[in-house]
Amino acid sequence: MKLSSISAIALSTALVAAGAAQAQSLNVVCSNEQSWCDLMAQNFKIDTGIDVAMVRKSTGEVLAQVRAEAGNPKVDVWWGGTGDPHLIAANEGLSTPSGVDTSGLLGWAQNMADMSEGRAIGVHVGLLGMLYNTEVLAEKGLPAPACWRDLAKPDYKGEVTVSNPQSSGTAYTQLATLVQLFGEDEAFALLADIGSNVNQHTKSGSAPGKMAARGETTIAVGFMHDMVNLKKQGFPVEIVSPCEGTGYEVGAVSVINGTPHMEAAKAWVEYVISPDAQSRGLEVGVFNIPSHPASATDPDAPDMTSVKLIDYDFATYGASETRERLLARWEGEVKSKGGNFE
Amino acid sequence: MQRTAKLWLLIGLAAYAVLPWYMVPGGFWSFGWLQAWSADARPALVWALGGHAWLLAPVIGLLGAALALATTRGLALARALVVSGALGLLLMAGQGLAILGNRARFEALDGLTQPGMGAGALLVAAALLFILTTGISGLGRGRGDVFITGMVGAIVALVGVFVFYPMSFILIRAFELRGGAGLGVSEFLPRFLAPDIWSIACLLGTGYCGAAMNSLLLGLATATGTTIMGLAFALIFTRTAFPAKRFLRVLTILPIITPPFVIGLVLILLFGRSGTITEFFSDAFGWEKTRWLYGFWGVWLAQMLSFTPIAFLVLIGVVEGVNPSVEEASQTLDANRWQTFRFVSLPLMRPGLANAFLLGFIESLADFGNPLVLGGNFNVLSTEIYFAIVGTVADPAKAAILSLTLLSMTLGAFLAQRTWLGKKNYATVTGKGDSGQHAGLNPALRWACYALALPWALFTMVLYALIMFGSFVKLWGYDHTLTLEHYRRAFGIVVRNGVHLTGSAWDSFLTTLTIAAIAAPLTAAVGLATAYLLVRQKFAGKDAFEFSTMLSFAIPGTVIGVAYVMAFNFPPIELTGTGLILIIVFIFRNMPVGVRGGIAAMSQLDRSLDEASVTLGASSATTLRRVILPLMGPAILAALTYSFVRAITSVSAVIFLVSARYNMATSFIVGRVENGEFGIAIAYAAVLIVTMLLAILALQLLIGRRKLRRADRLQAT
Repeated sequence: MKLSSISAIALSTALVAAGAAQAQSLNVVCSNEQSWCDLMAQNFKIDTGIDVAMVRKSTGEVLAQVRAEAGNPKVDVWWGGTGDPHLIAANEGLSTPSGVDTSGLLGWAQNMADMSEGRAIGVHVGLLGMLYNTEVLAEKGLPAPACWRDLAKPDYKGEVTVSNPQSSGTAYTQLATLVQLFGEDEAFALLADIGSNVNQHTKSGSAPGKMAARGETTIAVGFMHDMVNLKKQGFPVEIVSPCEGTGYEVGAVSVINGTPHMEAAKAWVEYVISPDAQSRGLEVGVFNIPSHPASATDPDAPDMTSVKLIDYDFATYGASETRERLLARWEGEVKSKGGNFE
Repeated sequence: MQRTAKLWLLIGLAAYAVLPWYMVPGGFWSFGWLQAWSADARPALVWALGGHAWLLAPVIGLLGAALALATTRGLALARALVVSGALGLLLMAGQGLAILGNRARFEALDGLTQPGMGAGALLVAAALLFILTTGISGLGRGRGDVFITGMVGAIVALVGVFVFYPMSFILIRAFELRGGAGLGVSEFLPRFLAPDIWSIACLLGTGYCGAAMNSLLLGLATATGTTIMGLAFALIFTRTAFPAKRFLRVLTILPIITPPFVIGLVLILLFGRSGTITEFFSDAFGWEKTRWLYGFWGVWLAQMLSFTPIAFLVLIGVVEGVNPSVEEASQTLDANRWQTFRFVSLPLMRPGLANAFLLGFIESLADFGNPLVLGGNFNVLSTEIYFAIVGTVADPAKAAILSLTLLSMTLGAFLAQRTWLGKKNYATVTGKGDSGQHAGLNPALRWACYALALPWALFTMVLYALIMFGSFVKLWGYDHTLTLEHYRRAFGIVVRNGVHLTGSAWDSFLTTLTIAAIAAPLTAAVGLATAYLLVRQKFAGKDAFEFSTMLSFAIPGTVIGVAYVMAFNFPPIELTGTGLILIIVFIFRNMPVGVRGGIAAMSQLDRSLDEASVTLGASSATTLRRVILPLMGPAILAALTYSFVRAITSVSAVIFLVSARYNMATSFIVGRVENGEFGIAIAYAAVLIVTMLLAILALQLLIGRRKLRRADRLQAT
């Protein structure tokens, strides 16, 4: 009987696989860079003796998965990635307060915990900025951009790449930043002008920076810690902090509601906000700003004191209603302007 | 009939009484459950007597069958078996769906819970299913063949549980009303027919096309291109005396064994605005550097590279199989080579052409990696669906509606293919000795094939040379200092107190290979068995059955991934976080290639072969094993190769299913690409390519060529 042998094989693999998955340990899903994820897991295992299984996924993917698994989660902790999806998860009751003491952290990290009633705690901050390819800029004989308004100059027609806020959290941060800097109507007028220079609205938030690094486009908007990384890799790029001021994202850590490993999860949260653990990021090229004041930072990394920052209103701009309204407006007023350059 | 039914009845009763009914912590093979049937590992019988009374339900079917076997014979017995099997299955599914892991579905059963089903449940379900199918064969269906009805039943059950059940979770959301107001069609139709899906503005030159139109145009272009290119390669292999065939063969399979994103990345480095070739033309001829690659043509080019091998794999078996005596007869009747090819050989290749086209079309629709990297502002359904699920505003209803759009296109392509093939007979491999020689191609056609295929092969070669190069330099495109750093970081080994795999890629690499190696033979087996049923057997609902086997392939991986999480995260079937869910998703996603390739190859085998075997007293199982399978070498090879490789290279379906314990190579690579660490991503890709290439060559040696008792001579040219 061929069928019985097939089903026997399937059955045996089923049971083997099911068995291996039952081993007890902490399951962490990580939305940071792979090497940072690996290093943190490794250090945690050494320092606490708790076994960690780690997988890296982007924030949107994690949110979709945590939603689908609600009620019987297979993930214990979600570490890293922009704060907005963490806040959404907190609002939907997908995460649970860990009760970890956050009093030693920087203000913005505590602020995050207050907003989410302790469900999401800030672990790092990333500043929004611009990047241009020095070689391409020189070749085209264009001036270097310094401000958000510069991006709207007709000189840059077809030279600017930004991501699409409908798919990327980076682009939404940019949209919300401009709205907070200039007021909604003026911001959309500016976005529409910038939009007519845009050659492509990428799906992913980190794509424009990488395209500029490789000379596929000239100017890109994104997070500065990614840009520092590109520059350190050797690409001919310069990073610009916009003269009008800029916004930022707060990366967070959340414990998933219903986790069977609450103690280990709490240990993880305490660990990733400790200065020792955060300082190690420099070993693998993490250039965002850690949430503990005692953590070490790289001299080349963007520094919150030297950059003009806006007072980013996460409560308003993270709310679903604001988000949907702004995105609908963006679709109507900005999207149709750009992307017509082939 | 009686013997089979009794056998399955015994298996079912034994499983019910002895094996652990629920999933066992530590796994079945740890045999921890043998120790006095510890708390969770009790068999259903013990559970049923000790509080889980609903577990008495499934045994009703088994007892019914036992009663029937003891008291009746003939048609009455068959009917009783059908009824008791079906009843048992229904009751079993009913109790599973009514009482979940954390709650009961109905208020009357409040407070009852149970874990996910395990080994005992699986065997009882199998026993009930085969009692049912044995009964059906006793009624005279499927020519009264127990084996055939059992196989149909098993495949229908598998497709039902692993395709329809999860898909129902996501498709129902297409009818969800905004603001959680329940279900209805009032919002579905306007959203389904919205212009941002169907607009044809780009054809009229007035703006953007809808995502569905983009997908459709791209799918048609890719399918046409890959079929023509695949045919050109297949003809060179079988009908010309081209000297370097072996080398060419390796080149033709390279692209399918390439992890996603890599081809897109190489194309950008060559043809992007700052690409090598773009720079060259700009310097030499003063052409303006443009971004033409980001859009329709770039995606098309990448898809042509990725999917031509699939068309080739389907076509090579078919082109080879065309009976040389027919071609000889044609020439004896004074047809020239062109006429022979055009009016004899080509029409006989129709099943291959149609299946290659259908696969190319569906692959193109479901492709996710290439449009993501090269799409620019060219939106297709697969990427739109992905971002409807993971975007800044998650909209599962939109994802479900777009998935339905995609499914309707696949259905359209499937029906068109059926119409084109018609009811003709394409059998060319018969039991009769056919010692003729294949007609060579006429010079014009031969040169046309060369002109198409050889530059393409050269192009592929350049791309792969570049990939290898890219993995050995510091920063591809900027700093070409040679280095082994990327390999050391990914695949470092420390030999000190034994061998330690310290590289960061080892973990996902070994998991990926294991899972692919388990999934591939199962995929091929299920796919070819399905093909056998579709080509050789007649049963009610065959067309619907055929289409249902294509479904999981046509749905984009992202949707499948989310649907699997929604369906298999809770009892009755709890699989998330295991390696098994990855194996299952690969089997049911890649099975259609086995089915298509199997159908194409099997429609060439003359029925008289089976009939002769059956007349000589062989059962249909023996006929399948001794007659059909040996003639299916190329199709088996294609199915095995393809499913092995796809298990390694697919991305979108596994993103939601990989877990910390079971991570896959592609999700590792995507993570690195996202972080801009191209070096390590490409080094990993290069190692995967070499591994898969070796595996494929080993498979080819193992399976060998089928013996058609033909000399495989080719007319001297």
